[in-house]
Amino acid sequence: MALSTPSSSSVRAAETVRSGLTARQSDPFGRAFQVSLWVAVLATVAILGVLIFDVVTHGWGVLAGETGDFLTGRLGSQPENSGLGQAIRGTFYIGVFVVVLTFPLGIAAAIYLEEYAQHGRLNSLISVAIRNLAGVPSVVYGILGLTIFVKALGSVTGPDANGRTVVSAGLTLSILVLPIVIITAAEALRAVPNGIREGGFGVGATRWEVVRSHVLPYAAPGILTGTVIALARALGEAAPLILVGATTGFLTGGESFLPDSLRERFTALPIVISTWSGRPGEDWAASTSAAIVVLLVIVFAANLAAIVLRNRFERGRR
Amino acid sequence: MAVTTGTVSADDKAGSDPVFELSSLEVFYGEFRAVREVSMEIAEREITAFIGPSGCGKTTVLRCLNRMNDLIETARVQGSVKYHGVDLYDAAVSATEVRRRIGMVFQKPNPFPKSIYDNLAFGPRLNGVKKKSDLDDIVESSLKSAALWDEVKDRLKSSALGLSGGQQQRLCIARCVAVKPDVILMDEPCSALDPIATARIEDLMRELTSEYTIVIVTHNMQQAARVSDRTAFFTTEVNPESDRRTGVLVEYNPTSKIFSTPDDERTEQYVTGRFG
Amino acid sequence: MPLARTPVNLEALRLTGRRAVAETLGRYAFFSAAFFSIIVSGMIVWSLAAETWTFVSQVDYSTLWTDGWFPRRGMYDIKTLVVGSLLTTIVAMLVAVPLGLGAAIYMSEYAKPSVRKVLKPTLEVLAGIPSVVLGFFALTFISPEVVQRLFSGATQFNMLAAGIGVGILTIPLVASVSEDAMRSVPDTLREASYGMGARRVSTVLRVVVPAAVSGLVAALIIAISRAIGETMVVFIAAGATGGSLFSVDVLGPGQTMTAAIASQAAGTDQVVGEGLTFQSLFFVGSLLFLLTLLLNLVADRFVRRVRQKY
Repeated sequence: MALSTPSSSSVRAAETVRSGLTARQSDPFGRAFQVSLWVAVLATVAILGVLIFDVVTHGWGVLAGETGDFLTGRLGSQPENSGLGQAIRGTFYIGVFVVVLTFPLGIAAAIYLEEYAQHGRLNSLISVAIRNLAGVPSVVYGILGLTIFVKALGSVTGPDANGRTVVSAGLTLSILVLPIVIITAAEALRAVPNGIREGGFGVGATRWEVVRSHVLPYAAPGILTGTVIALARALGEAAPLILVGATTGFLTGGESFLPDSLRERFTALPIVISTWSGRPGEDWAASTSAAIVVLLVIVFAANLAAIVLRNRFERGRR
Repeated sequence: MAVTTGTVSADDKAGSDPVFELSSLEVFYGEFRAVREVSMEIAEREITAFIGPSGCGKTTVLRCLNRMNDLIETARVQGSVKYHGVDLYDAAVSATEVRRRIGMVFQKPNPFPKSIYDNLAFGPRLNGVKKKSDLDDIVESSLKSAALWDEVKDRLKSSALGLSGGQQQRLCIARCVAVKPDVILMDEPCSALDPIATARIEDLMRELTSEYTIVIVTHNMQQAARVSDRTAFFTTEVNPESDRRTGVLVEYNPTSKIFSTPDDERTEQYVTGRFG
Repeated sequence: MPLARTPVNLEALRLTGRRAVAETLGRYAFFSAAFFSIIVSGMIVWSLAAETWTFVSQVDYSTLWTDGWFPRRGMYDIKTLVVGSLLTTIVAMLVAVPLGLGAAIYMSEYAKPSVRKVLKPTLEVLAGIPSVVLGFFALTFISPEVVQRLFSGATQFNMLAAGIGVGILTIPLVASVSEDAMRSVPDTLREASYGMGARRVSTVLRVVVPAAVSGLVAALIIAISRAIGETMVVFIAAGATGGSLFSVDVLGPGQTMTAAIASQAAGTDQVVGEGLTFQSLFFVGSLLFLLTLLLNLVADRFVRRVRQKY
């Protein structure tokens, strides 16, 4: 059209173009789409906000009251005389197991997959196995723990407690989070620029020397992030502990942090939360909320540490 | 075709044994043959340049000289590469020991994200140098031989990543020199640098020939003409059946001859800019 | 002086001593660590297989199709559990897919980097919330404050609230996998679309989403697998801990495969009951394992398709 317009009307043509380019385009569908995205985002954030607000307001009374007793006391039949001492101890030991067993094992496996493994049937089988293990429901790991650590190895994990001990729980959860550690550590190793490896090989370093001196230090923040997230996951898991036989009612003992007590019966924070959730009445709900706040503080602190580490790491690299 | 080196080694450097003898070297990546039948000898304390168009296999051949190709999983080598008479691909030979003697400088400067001092001390430490005074000496002498000492002597403890690109590349050369190698392989060492930094590295290469044998891959023909004693020209041949390109060695002669009166027509076309 | 030049011979080019030992030991140690994952897979299969076999070979098949799942009374109606898992998973996806996908599209295509920097950690915090917490939240907040207000017939323990809880748990998963898929779509495609004068919404819906569709399908499948495998929310909020009649009413209590396993193990020192009660736990576990394994393998396919494409 415009191309065939005689030059006498070119002023009018210019006017048309200008108005076409400057007019505010109405795009109701695009607007609506963007608004619905905002709604999705806000709803997600709001859910998180409501959840945290809900447990904090409900649990505040219990936490603000005699926090000392609540944090150190034993499990009881009434909300007033129930404390988290034994549960915190169990959760603490589970964390120790994960740190001591899963971190080195998972990082070593990741090093093999990223730095040593060549293409081959066995190695691809290993990576398929790891990816699938990451998707196995946690309750199935509980069945593994029940069969192997509680029943088959009960005489080792807890001769006086039918194997239903924090040792069994720690081993089970260490295995549960192993694929998470491997996958995140492998990602961190993959992000190491190849030039660093070549530089090492170029001056005659062995594979292990290159990994130890250059690859691991470079990947360390990323690996740490992944391991901390895995730790948080282990501390919050409850389903496998039910199968492994965490105590839900009364518990004698289970308070000592001495290694001897590892082969006694145990409980853990997520288990206590699960059990108390089912008890009727406002008081139990308040105690449960308070226990949740304690668990969330532990888990968030770990996640927060991971996020801060990663941000610092990304900033340092650019 | 592949030129015998007999004619080349008959000149003034005759008498010293060649550092490398390549005979019928072929490199495969999986099923794909990247380089075909390369035979040549590389003389001691000279600069040998590999030139040719992209994909002609010059970098592949260079990386065979210190077994850097081992790091590429699918790579497979046929024929032989002898280094002072020892077959580098002998089962008893360790790639690690090979690379200690035959160092490598890469296309992109790749200092370790550590201090300048630690970059240089890494190799010697691996090889058992522990005394601080010994390490200090090595760091100083390597930096001096890479013409970097004056620029960095006051900040040896600061990060190597803070250096300019040209300085980083000279640091990588110094890092290589620090393990007292016999040969330095350079894979397009100046391609990421500006002309001034390039000129400094070229000067440095000439100085290093007093002690080291240097093999350099370059895209830059003028660079080969300026710095090298001998030049090997590689090109690609297309297999009409599979349409795959394979690198071949066309001509290997003293640099002056390659750039004035080459034996092969393809070399002449390339160096005069009519091809490639 | 170890760095002096020595004559070159075969002996000199051999790696010896501590360095050679460390290299070999390292390789074996790292391989063993990686191989352990195959051992774990074997342990899972082994721990499920024996008792599952006992159950399958001894159970009276008529008890597998009865009025409900009451393992302590010898009623092993599998459809009760499968339908329970299916219903809660559908509810969960109705929550997680729109919210997770919406958040993903927003973060990948609309959000400024500064907004993204806040949003991503927020989702990670949500991802870090233990499922017991969501279970409690579903029971004490979602059920009375949302479900029972909207549907007067809803009971305190109901599958709808549990399903919503599971859905909230899977939002971050849907969001992060989908966002990865969309961010791996090259910018050149977006530029081509804008270059032709397309609006943002058309670019997103007609260029980016179709290009990322494999990854989005993967996100959905992974989320379904995760929802089926989620235990604690349903265990706490859906009721029916002792057993459940067959029911398709999401406003009433129900039981999933996962909650059935946990219920059987919970609260008692030993898993006791009629004949095969203990073994039925493993049977359900095997079913759950195979189902999630299948979903994960399919999802893996789709994820790899994305990787190959770009």
